[in-house]
Amino acid sequence: MAEGHATIIPQLLADNEQTLLRDWMESQKKSGALRGGQISDAELTEASRRLLAALRSGAATGQFADITAPAWDQSRTVLEDVSRSHATLGLTPSETATFVFSLKEPLFALLREKVGKDPDRLAHETWIATMLLDKLGLYTVETFQKTREDIIARQQQELLELSTPVVRLWEGILALPLIGTLDSSRTQIVMESLLEEIVTSGAQIAIIDITGVPTVDTLVAQHLIKTVAAARLMGADCLISGIRPQIAQTIVHLGLELGVVSKATMADAFALALRQLGKAVVDRGPARQEV
Amino acid sequence: MTQGGCLVVEKGNTIAVRSSDDVVRVRQAVRARAIEAGFGIVDQTKLVTAASEIARNTVDYGGGGTLVIEIVREGARRGVQLTFFDNGPGITDLKVAMTDGYTTGGGLGLGLSGAKRLSNEFSIESTPGKGTTVTLARWKL
Amino acid sequence: MAEIPVLKIGDCLLVSIQVDMHDRLAMELQDDLTNRIVSERARGVMIDISALEIVDSFIGRMLNNIAAMSRVLDAVTVVVGMRPAVAITLVELGLSLTGVRTALNVDKGLALIRKAIDDPGGVLGRREG
Repeated sequence: MAEGHATIIPQLLADNEQTLLRDWMESQKKSGALRGGQISDAELTEASRRLLAALRSGAATGQFADITAPAWDQSRTVLEDVSRSHATLGLTPSETATFVFSLKEPLFALLREKVGKDPDRLAHETWIATMLLDKLGLYTVETFQKTREDIIARQQQELLELSTPVVRLWEGILALPLIGTLDSSRTQIVMESLLEEIVTSGAQIAIIDITGVPTVDTLVAQHLIKTVAAARLMGADCLISGIRPQIAQTIVHLGLELGVVSKATMADAFALALRQLGKAVVDRGPARQEV
Repeated sequence: MTQGGCLVVEKGNTIAVRSSDDVVRVRQAVRARAIEAGFGIVDQTKLVTAASEIARNTVDYGGGGTLVIEIVREGARRGVQLTFFDNGPGITDLKVAMTDGYTTGGGLGLGLSGAKRLSNEFSIESTPGKGTTVTLARWKL
Repeated sequence: MAEIPVLKIGDCLLVSIQVDMHDRLAMELQDDLTNRIVSERARGVMIDISALEIVDSFIGRMLNNIAAMSRVLDAVTVVVGMRPAVAITLVELGLSLTGVRTALNVDKGLALIRKAIDDPGGVLGRREG
């Protein structure tokens, strides 16, 4: 590729910015870039104008091979913004890349007009232009993917937080019903929520219920032990409930030492917690209908 | 220290670690970078605590030294890397020094082993008579 | 240079650590407390660490020392207000506060001290270790 050879593209972009913008907008609108109103004319014009300006300053450096170089920082920023808003709107990566590729038509038309008489020259210029726009188009796809991944990660995080509710069973008694597998990241979030709730509610006892946890292995046990230890350091006690017979067997077989009182059911744990707090449930005679 | 991939340093700064006042400064500086890197409160606390342990060692046993704090990126993940240098007497037996409870100074002996537990990456090099370098890092999950 | 104020509530001493302590300050606090336990004939020491964002092994050692010294002087030590992030980190660090009882806040801490003083051999003699 004739990198060293002169190219008229920088000059072309500088001299014909308005024309290019107009023709490019026309071409984009014709191919449905406004998505039936999802994107406003003003938005599209602004994005296109920004990209053309960025391309002009990038091209002025004469370096077209490496789009990660500082010369193309501005262009990449524009494309990142466009990708991000497209991703949020639910567009596909192809549609976003088309934003860049659709610039080829008006640009090639302009090149043909200026150097069409010299086929070698035309081929050379077209090659430089297409290489650049291809790279930039691919860049939008990459950024698009990254944004989507970020959105998914954030949604996963929110889901995790929703699935670890801490319940105030009684004054001074919290319950944390765990559902599902306890992996490292989940446990951290769980631990934090429980401990934060202990502070907020001033609870004395936290009952961690593992009825919904399918298996307890050494790792899970470690997580539970750490949570209990942290709660203790803060001044609260823990009980574990929901120990199924199989889990009890596993714990013994693995030689695990939970270091905390554990009960088969949440009801048993709750009763114990009440006792520890010096409270009792009293029988007030035959059940009455409260009207 | 990192597995494959290349480690890119996004930004960094250097702090002198010579006195116990500096240890306080180290904590504040590391906390600031951890927040910048987007760490949650627990990860911040773990990193700053690990830094405090090593900074103390640097002052008490290393005769004072330097800390380089860097925000780093490896592939998709981002984190904070801390490198402590000193030109002190060094550690003769690293393995022993890394065991819990080992202390030559009446401490709880948790400095090195504790800092390692609080970090995702940890490495230490020491040459008796020349000095010690401890590098640790924590990634944003 | 900041000093850490020590208050007296009944027969208890209350210390609220608000600053990021450097070593000298921590040592002074240890000395100060030990002297005051004797001079005020205190039966309980409450250390409020709710403002501490970091507790490393040095601070941990300080807390253990204070507890040990006060036990020798027949006083009970309670540490209150530990932040969740600090608790999680201490567990990971492997630091155990020996001879230090813990409570969620000052109110609960005072109640704990009361119970420990009035009912030393009692049922709820909370974890020492």
